[in-house]
Amino acid sequence: MAWRIEKRTLSGERAPWWVFPAALFFAVFVGALIFIGLGVNPLEAYAAMLKGSVGSFFHFSEVVVRAIPLILTGLAVAMAATMLLWNIGCEGQLVWGGICAAGTGLFLAPHLPPFLVIPVTIVAGAGGGALWALIPGLLKAFLNVNEILTSLLLNYIAIIFMEHLYFGPWRNPEGFGFPGTAQISDLARIPHFLGTRIHLGLVLALVLAALIYGGLRYTRWGYRVRAIGLNPRAAGYAGFSIRRQIVGVMLLSGALAGIAGMAEVSGIHFRLQQGLAVGYGYDGIIVAWLARLNPLAVPLAALLLGALIVGGEQLQSLLHLPASISMVLEAVLLFGLLLSETLARYRLVRRPDAPDRSAAKKETAP
Amino acid sequence: MIEDLAFIGQIAVKSSIAVLLATLGEIITERSGVLNLGVEGMMLAGALCGMAAGVVTGNPFAAAAAGALAGGLLALVHAFFAVTLKVNQVLSGLALTILGMGLTSFLGRPLIGVRPGVRLRAVPIPGLSDIPLIGDIFFQQSLLAYLAYLLVPLCWYLLYRTGAGLKIRAAGEDAAAVDAAGIDVFRIRYLCTFIGGIGAGLAGAYLSLSYTPGWKESMTGGQGWVAIAMVIFATWNPLRAVIGAFLFGFLTALQFYFQAVGMELIPAYILKMLPYVLTILVMVVVHAGPGRRFGGPAALGIPFSREG
Repeated sequence: MAWRIEKRTLSGERAPWWVFPAALFFAVFVGALIFIGLGVNPLEAYAAMLKGSVGSFFHFSEVVVRAIPLILTGLAVAMAATMLLWNIGCEGQLVWGGICAAGTGLFLAPHLPPFLVIPVTIVAGAGGGALWALIPGLLKAFLNVNEILTSLLLNYIAIIFMEHLYFGPWRNPEGFGFPGTAQISDLARIPHFLGTRIHLGLVLALVLAALIYGGLRYTRWGYRVRAIGLNPRAAGYAGFSIRRQIVGVMLLSGALAGIAGMAEVSGIHFRLQQGLAVGYGYDGIIVAWLARLNPLAVPLAALLLGALIVGGEQLQSLLHLPASISMVLEAVLLFGLLLSETLARYRLVRRPDAPDRSAAKKETAP
Repeated sequence: MIEDLAFIGQIAVKSSIAVLLATLGEIITERSGVLNLGVEGMMLAGALCGMAAGVVTGNPFAAAAAGALAGGLLALVHAFFAVTLKVNQVLSGLALTILGMGLTSFLGRPLIGVRPGVRLRAVPIPGLSDIPLIGDIFFQQSLLAYLAYLLVPLCWYLLYRTGAGLKIRAAGEDAAAVDAAGIDVFRIRYLCTFIGGIGAGLAGAYLSLSYTPGWKESMTGGQGWVAIAMVIFATWNPLRAVIGAFLFGFLTALQFYFQAVGMELIPAYILKMLPYVLTILVMVVVHAGPGRRFGGPAALGIPFSREG
């Protein structure tokens, strides 16, 4: 009997159950090495991270608060990636969602009937994100310009514009030089739950996750998107308008990221200020791939990343390690996922004793 | 007027060097068939390590070399995942960028605000720097800028006039054929990815040692991504990389010019956006331009495996 490594023949959508645990183990292991390198006891560090993220109801509620934008950007990335589109521009779309929400809350709210303020804010946030994603979408659909680069470069432009707004024309005149807009109207603030900072964005995010799951699985539109993702050329022959789908999916993806920005402004910051663009857009990429692009798994992946971020902040306050350690761990987690997905492509099989090669050779020899 | 031109020109060149170095490196990487989107992360690693080595050793050459090496080592992580494990190269590159951003933000904390140990100051080249205008613009730069000038024709020569260059380009077009010819595709791709990392690392070191001496979190400000876009604009040709990098540098220089002159002709935030807008526009031009063959390496981003 001998063991042999063999490539799996069927590359089905289902990965073995251990792919994700293995990735997590890899990240924890590499993270431990990093902590040891820094002269920190890894057990102590992980204990601090755990305690800081799930140690109490309050801490866990903060994890959920971080998970809200991550669910939305994760859905945005996953939605686009289902059709082989890379939306790396969620950060910029999130910023535009925030700008539009803040604009609504600051200038439009006083002129609207009160019951309309929050719906209009949500629509404005989604619209801002969608329009910003329309640029890479149109460029991809009609000129085949690489959407990875265009959507990413647009992040920088969006952030510069946002900074211009809160340092310049939208700056709070009573802010004592503090860079930020005035607080948005009370009417434009979305409701909070259970006395925590968890806000309406959570409900929106979960409903949207379910809708996108259902939409992709059970509607004609979803069938087209998945077909294009599996084989664009065949889908083209089948008469699907790929251009229209690209633009549509990018619009939706941008709208999701825009809602994330809206929820951050209307649910957390209550103004436009520094701290809106803190990388949730980029984290969305990791969330989407941890969830294997499954919209229903996105909230769980977002919770994990949220815990990582909150845990990293705890490390800063308890052990005085920079909070950006969580970013390192995120990257290691993604690498770990790539590693274990590779391993999953192979399997160990037992085969009977190898036949005598010399005998085989003799037979084939003329 | 001439002084203004010399001023803008000099800063334009100065602002284009990092993008140029990173673009040249990524061209070599992509020519071999590997797409590395980790340039931004590698540049940051180069900037931090270059600056740190400068503080420790006080030697500018050691500092630049440390920066280059840091970029190269990070690139090897990508090479392992992209070439050996054959994972999705876009994801691996993005992971590398996030890793580079996280690691440098984390490890660079103590270096924020520290005075750089060495600075690569402008070294006028005797004779050449006396040429009116041209001398001011091109020959009053730092040593890394001169190195970049040299690397442009060298990279072109390597790719188009040497046997090694032929193998690199072939590996990027049809890896199976290269393999059939008895040449090690994996070695070529590893080496080219490493070279690309060296380029990005040097670019970062240029930023932290010469352009804006010192360490600041995310100090590359997207220049790594600009470089990847400029590879497309250059249609993978090192000579054309000069044009893209210079355009980027020119628009960056305009900000300084308007600031120095105190003119509010164009609002500051628009000027700040321009280099990024330009980078998007040049990509559009490449794709929409009339009659241009869009010649990326055919096997770009496609892993090679013998089993087929």
